[in-house]
Amino acid sequence: MKIFVVVPAWNEESRLGNSLDQLKNQYQNVVVVDDGSVDNTTQVAAGRGLVVLNHLINRGQGAALQTGDEYALKNGADIIIHFDADGQHQVAEIARLIEPIVEGRADIVFGSRFLGNSRVPWTKKWLILKPAILFNWLFTGVKLSDAHNGLRALSAKAARLINITHDEMAHASEILAQVRKNRLRYQEVPVDIIYHRYGQGFGAGWKILKDLILKKILK
Amino acid sequence: MLIKLFLIVFILFVVYRVISRFYRREITVKELITWLVFWLLVGVAVVLPQTTDLLAAQVGVSRGADLLVYISVLALFYLVFRILVRLERLEHQITKITRHVALDQENKKAIKPALSGVEGQENKLE
Repeated sequence: MKIFVVVPAWNEESRLGNSLDQLKNQYQNVVVVDDGSVDNTTQVAAGRGLVVLNHLINRGQGAALQTGDEYALKNGADIIIHFDADGQHQVAEIARLIEPIVEGRADIVFGSRFLGNSRVPWTKKWLILKPAILFNWLFTGVKLSDAHNGLRALSAKAARLINITHDEMAHASEILAQVRKNRLRYQEVPVDIIYHRYGQGFGAGWKILKDLILKKILK
Repeated sequence: MLIKLFLIVFILFVVYRVISRFYRREITVKELITWLVFWLLVGVAVVLPQTTDLLAAQVGVSRGADLLVYISVLALFYLVFRILVRLERLEHQITKITRHVALDQENKKAIKPALSGVEGQENKLE
């Protein structure tokens, strides 16, 4: 099984190193997508001998993930991991994440904060995540216990079928919609997310909604 | 009325620009005619505002000026929508180009060491 870890990074030079060292120790194929950073993100990754894909200008996390996916598929990936570079995600979780795919029980696996022991700030939990979970369920038909924590594993089949067109954060809901459309088998596994910072707040939630609705109308 | 004079001068200026652009072949005959007809109608509306009242009465709006405002708002909405669609498409295309360049660069990097190994010298491209 050829596993590719896709790490989208935008101006993450200070947080990236630690995650990348751990990833590199355990996984052969780590691909960093430098999404138009103005700091030394590329050097931090390239200095560790990792593959770096450079977006000349910032296009957003969704766009970066799609770029990473395409690279991984072209290089014969069997499983693709989406992994955030800012130290929120734990490298040790990946093994559990890919298990359902390796055993052929799922095409795509999502990490869930609410099945595990993550200490989510309560305002984030009730004002942002719970409504987002409900929204995803209503509009994509995929019922999960968590929304948008960004840690997920895709089989090559899933990665091929899912085409991320939402460049920014709305991609997470878009992925769910495509899971539904393509009738992919999905699972959740508990993961621990470490909160160094609040992450996306309420405003970001609205922006995602706006992006999703606008795209629906314009298409 | 001074406002009429200003508007007429403005219309004449625009018509002059349209015609000169046609002579420089920046617009087609069709575009020339469309614009001339459009500005002629605007001219009529400015010089003889009563004509717009006539038209307004036909569609059930009391004043010609009101009708113009309604039509303008609709046209603007439509235009904004068109621009949003355009923008969305542009964004998508920019992302595609960015992605293509990123993957292409990496592809070349991957080939380069192999080539320089064959030639037995450092590759100077960077």
